[in-house]
This record gives sequence, structure tokens and C-alpha cells, in this order.
Amino acid sequence: MSNLTAPGRLFPHRHLLGIEGLAPDDIIQLLDLADEAVEVSRQIEKKKATLRGRTQINLFFEASTRTQASFELAGKRLGADVMNMSVGSSSIKKGETLIDTAMTLNAMRPDLIVVRHHSAGAVQLLARKVDCSVINAGDGQHEHPTQALLDALTIRRNKGRIRGLVVAICGDILHSRVARSNLILLNALGADVRVVGPSTLLPTGIENMGAKVFNNMREGLKDADIVMMLRLQRERMNGSFVPSVKEYFRYFGLDSEKLALAKPDALVMHPGPMNRGVEIASDIADGAQSLIREQVEMGVAVRMAVLEALSRHLPNSELRA
Amino acid sequence: MMTSRPVLIINAHLVDPLTATETNGSLAIENGVIHAWGRAIDASAPPEGALVIDGRGRTLAPGLVDLRAFVGEPGAEHRETLSSASRAAAAGGVTTVVSMPETNPPVDDPAVVDYLVRRAREKAGIRLLPAAALTKGLNGKEMTEIGLLKEAGAVFFTDGARSIANAQVMRRALTYARDFGALIVHHLEDAALADGGVMNESELSSRLGLPGIPREAETIMLERDISLVRLTGGRYHAAMISCASSLEIIARAKAEGLPITCGVSINNLTLNENDISTYRTFLKLSPPLRDEDDRRAMVEGVASGLIDVIVSDHNPQDVETKRQPFAECADGAIGLETLLSAALRVVHSDDVALTRLLQALSTRPADLIGLPQGRLLKGAPADLILFDPDEPFVLDPDTLHSRCKNTPFDGARLQGRVHMTMVGGQIVHEA
Repeated sequence: MSNLTAPGRLFPHRHLLGIEGLAPDDIIQLLDLADEAVEVSRQIEKKKATLRGRTQINLFFEASTRTQASFELAGKRLGADVMNMSVGSSSIKKGETLIDTAMTLNAMRPDLIVVRHHSAGAVQLLARKVDCSVINAGDGQHEHPTQALLDALTIRRNKGRIRGLVVAICGDILHSRVARSNLILLNALGADVRVVGPSTLLPTGIENMGAKVFNNMREGLKDADIVMMLRLQRERMNGSFVPSVKEYFRYFGLDSEKLALAKPDALVMHPGPMNRGVEIASDIADGAQSLIREQVEMGVAVRMAVLEALSRHLPNSELRA
Repeated sequence: MMTSRPVLIINAHLVDPLTATETNGSLAIENGVIHAWGRAIDASAPPEGALVIDGRGRTLAPGLVDLRAFVGEPGAEHRETLSSASRAAAAGGVTTVVSMPETNPPVDDPAVVDYLVRRAREKAGIRLLPAAALTKGLNGKEMTEIGLLKEAGAVFFTDGARSIANAQVMRRALTYARDFGALIVHHLEDAALADGGVMNESELSSRLGLPGIPREAETIMLERDISLVRLTGGRYHAAMISCASSLEIIARAKAEGLPITCGVSINNLTLNENDISTYRTFLKLSPPLRDEDDRRAMVEGVASGLIDVIVSDHNPQDVETKRQPFAECADGAIGLETLLSAALRVVHSDDVALTRLLQALSTRPADLIGLPQGRLLKGAPADLILFDPDEPFVLDPDTLHSRCKNTPFDGARLQGRVHMTMVGGQIVHEA
């Protein structure tokens, strides 16, 4: 049962709907727990019994490969029975409302539901209708809390700290839930956060959300410790938000020349999936400064930590406060 | 283009629009830039080997900077070429011309900008600078590569005579352009309101039986754009306003401190709808000629400085597209060569001071596109004109250098003639 049995603070939330609302201590608790999960995942025997007998449903209204796989593995490593439901096979296609879907699933008595939905706020709505714990795996352009946690874990393990680091989040901030969750989390833990992108890809009022805004990437990367790249979707790069791939890469793509402006030991991150040659040059993505593959490993660990922390609030939990 | 030979222009009436100064004296040029000017220069002792030009009885001023001319390259060389446009400009005292992107192919690709910049260097005696399209293919939908086009040499971004109907496209373009410090120039015409119209909507259009374009086609678009400028903070220039109500809107926006400027066509400044008289197709223009009250308002706008620049809106059309019934012929008139002479009308009528007129024709347009020209300043390029502001003549279209002769001043009495045009200290026109 790891050291959750040890005296300490009980994770004070039943759901994980966003980073917003988490205290710095809550975040640190999840990161500490995730550090332990990394060790578990690196053993030959990767299985624990924390969630034995528990049912976890991964409810994905939006296609996802890595997040869904990551949650599935995390649940299985903790001993849960994991069921995947995705749009194609769900009754949503047949016209059922989100609330009806929630009520139907609730009647099957799951213990944990992991939800990704294309609308901001949909996961919160669903959480109000079910008796189990709900984890937000991404809702619209709102939040993606486990991504922010895994990014923080990756940074902390490589830099030994988060406080005081200069983190430049670059690219399509406007449409990115990853950017929003990261902005909140990194601010909560004392990082110096910058957002870098063309004004067409920056949300209104971002400068009041704890980020310093840069429209020039060279200036934005100057002396950065962490360069966090975001994906730019294809339909946004042909004249609607930015003129072309060529122009975007020229001014906002991460190449060795721009990266050289960051600190010499700066590290590069990307939540994936990457557009090589659009927001990031191939040699940088695969280079020595890249943490991109490590982020994927940390993803499983963070999701194990979240599942474990929330499981203490489940009905009949032996650890229930 | 640079000459190493020093030039001394003596006995001239010097006009510096930047400082609104008029004085008699000399001007010295070295290495293609203005070295000194004023009374203090010793005209009797020119530097060794200098070319001395006697400017007695003539006015020496900065060459004109025209922000709006259609030059036919590439794709419409039968209407105008870089060299014919350059000759017309030089004869009219225009030393810098910004070409419109409505060519074939349109100027929406950095390679086309690069082509024009290089070809202008070979073919044009004056400075020809390309404006680039704001949207790809001038389609009003997707923005062009504003950053790369600007690096290639595009001086501003416009869809020429086309308006951007979609407010979202305009918003994003203004937002994106702001990051690059790029200027957006917009033609003001609500396509739906103007649809089918061929002249100002008025009693006269009813009498002539021609469909009208209401002033609101312009003001609605202008009000929308100003709201978007307030939202985005992008730099914006209304290409050509034509009516008194637009001027009021501009006045309010400027008082508010928004980054907005505007221009007027030489045609709307000097002509009105009555000049159309018997369906003269050379006066079918966009924006259309309005009534005399509107024209008066344009003159006052230039006098007060509310209107920043005067443009020629030079648009050569061959005979076939103009020798048609009024409603069916193409828009546009040539204007490069007559720009100064026509503009001087408002000076001769005592409505606008000469220095103020020259500000709108040189200093302000140069400022808008970041050029050091348009002023008599030590170190500024010696792009200069020597002209007689009072010399009368009757315009004979056959003497014009443009490939097309569709001038609205056909047979008109004009006053003011350019005798010498100089670009970078080199004479490109003499008469």
C-alpha cells in the first residue's frame, strides 16, 4: 500500500477535475507519490494491489492514443479492472445526452471514471451526476491536469526543483488545455512562466493569468530553463490563425538556432503528438536536450499516483478518512 | 543609382514640408544624400566637379511618395510596365511609388515580392516598392505570409481595390500583423451595399439612370475596421475616404488615440460627381466621385491634417475596357503624372498651404512606410523635385508617359509643372 499508510496528509479531493483548486501541497503530494510509481514501473513485477477489485472506466469522447493507453496501464498496474469506452462504440453516437450516459455508467457501479470530452466543463458536469471519482483527461480547451502533473514531475526529476525556473510555453496557447493547466500548476509551484506565440494564438487576458507574453520567440526563449512546445493543429496553419507552415516554423518553430538562446542546459518538452518541421525541428525533438520520451514514461506514473490518491475516498476504502 | 558627383542647386525656393519652412537658397547633395540646404550655403563656391543647377524661379521640394498605384507587372504589361510607370512618375515628380498587389499572379508570395524588388532596380529610375496582398489570392479568406513578405520587402499589406468582407479575417490579420509591426491598408467598400453601383448614389445618379453606391458602403466598413483596431491594436490605414461622414469617423478615432491613418485619392480631392456629366467613363472610380460638399470636406481634411496622405490611385485601363457604356466599363484612372499639378489646385484656390499639401504628398506617406524621404534633411536621400507651381498648361493626354491614357484631366487646365526630378541625387526627368 506504499507509504499512503504512513502518517501524512490525506489527498483532500474526491475528483481531479483540474489543477485550478489544488493547493501547492496537493500537487507536491501527487508528485511524491508519482516518484514512487516510477520505481514500481521500472521493476519487472509492475503490479500492485491498491485498486484490486475496483472498476475503472476510461470514457473518451475524443480520440486519444497516448492518454488513454497511459490511464489504462496505470489502472492495470494498480490492479484495477479497466474498461475502455470510446466515441465510436458509445451510445453518444445514437443521440444519448452526456448526463444520460453518466447515469447509465453510474448504475454499473464503477469506482473511477476517466473522462476526455471535447467541451470545456463537460467533465465537471459529469462528475456532479455520478457517485464515483472522476478524473479529467482533458476537457475542450479548459484543462488537462494529468498532463501538467507529468510535465511538472519530469521537470522536477531533471532539474531538482520547479521554483524559480524560467519556463517558456510556446505555440498555440489559445487552443491548448495543456497550456492552461501548466500555467496554473507552474505558477502555484513558483516557476517564472512565459507564453510565446503569435497574438492570434494567445487567449485574451493571458497576461493577467500569471504569464509574461512574448510575440517574438527569440526574446521569449532568452535564458529559459525549460522550453515547452505545443502542437499546432493542421486546420489552423493555413491562413486562419497563422499564414502557413513555412512562416510558422520560421518564426515560432523550435530549431537549434532559437534553442541556443535559452540556457545551455535548457530542456525541451512537448506533450505530443508532434508535428515535426511545424512547431519543432526533428533534430531537436530527438536531441540530447529533449525530455519528450521521458514525459511519456512519467505520464503513466502520474496517473498511477492520481488513481491511488483518489482511491482513498472511494466507498468502503479501508483507508477512508 | 548612387552618384559620387556632388550636386549644388542654387537660387531655388526651398520648401521643407517636415518643418513647414519656405526659404530661398541652395541645396547641396553629396553621395546621393542631402548634405546641406538654406541661405547659408555659398552658391558662388561649389565643390570641385559639382553639377550646378540653377533653380531660379522654381521651387525645390522633396519628391512625392505615392502609396497607391497599379503597375501592370507581372501579368498586365499591356496596361503598364515598371518602366512606363516609372517614366510617368518621374515626369510627375513622384520619386517613390508603392505598387498594388492585384497582378497576375498576385503579390501574395515572397518570391513575387523579391522579383518585383529586383526588377524595379533594373527597370525603374524611381523607387518602386511593392505592397503585398493581405489574403492569399486576394480571396479575402486566409492571411498571407505577412512576416516573410515583409522581410522580402513588402511595405504594407492590402487587397488593393478589394475589401475584406469577413470581420474575423480582418481581426486576425490585424492581430497577426501587429506582432510584425506591419501596416494594413484597406479599401473601404461593403460589397453588398455597393453591389451593382457604378457612381455616387444621389439625385444625379437617379437622373443619369445609373445604379448608386451609398456613402454608407464606405462608412459602415470604416466603423467596423475602427472597432477591430480598438480590439486588436493593429496599425491600420484607410486607403481612400471619399465623404464628409468618413472624415468625422476618422476624427473621432484619431482623438481616441487609435493607430489609424487615412488617405484620399487625388480624384476625390479635385473632382466631384458632376464631372461625370455625359457619362465620361474615365471618371468611373472606386471610391466613386461624391458631391461638392464631400469634396470640400476632403480638402478641409487635407488642410487640417486629418487626412494623412493623398494618393494618385493610378490605374491604367486600356481603351477596350474604358470604351464601353459607363456601367459596364472598368473602374480607374491614371494619375501619377498629373498628381502634383492636380493637387496644386487646392493651393491655388487658397484652401491648403503648399507645405501642408507637400506633407500629404511626401512626408506623411514616407513616414507611414518608414522611409527617410519626404523632407529636406541632412542625410536624407536626395529624392527631389524642381517645379514651377504657377506655370499653366492644358493637359494633352498624348504627352503622358503612361501606357494608357485614361486621365480624368483630359483637356483640363492645370497649373504647376515639374521641370526636374531627382532620385538619390541623379536626374531621372528633365523638361
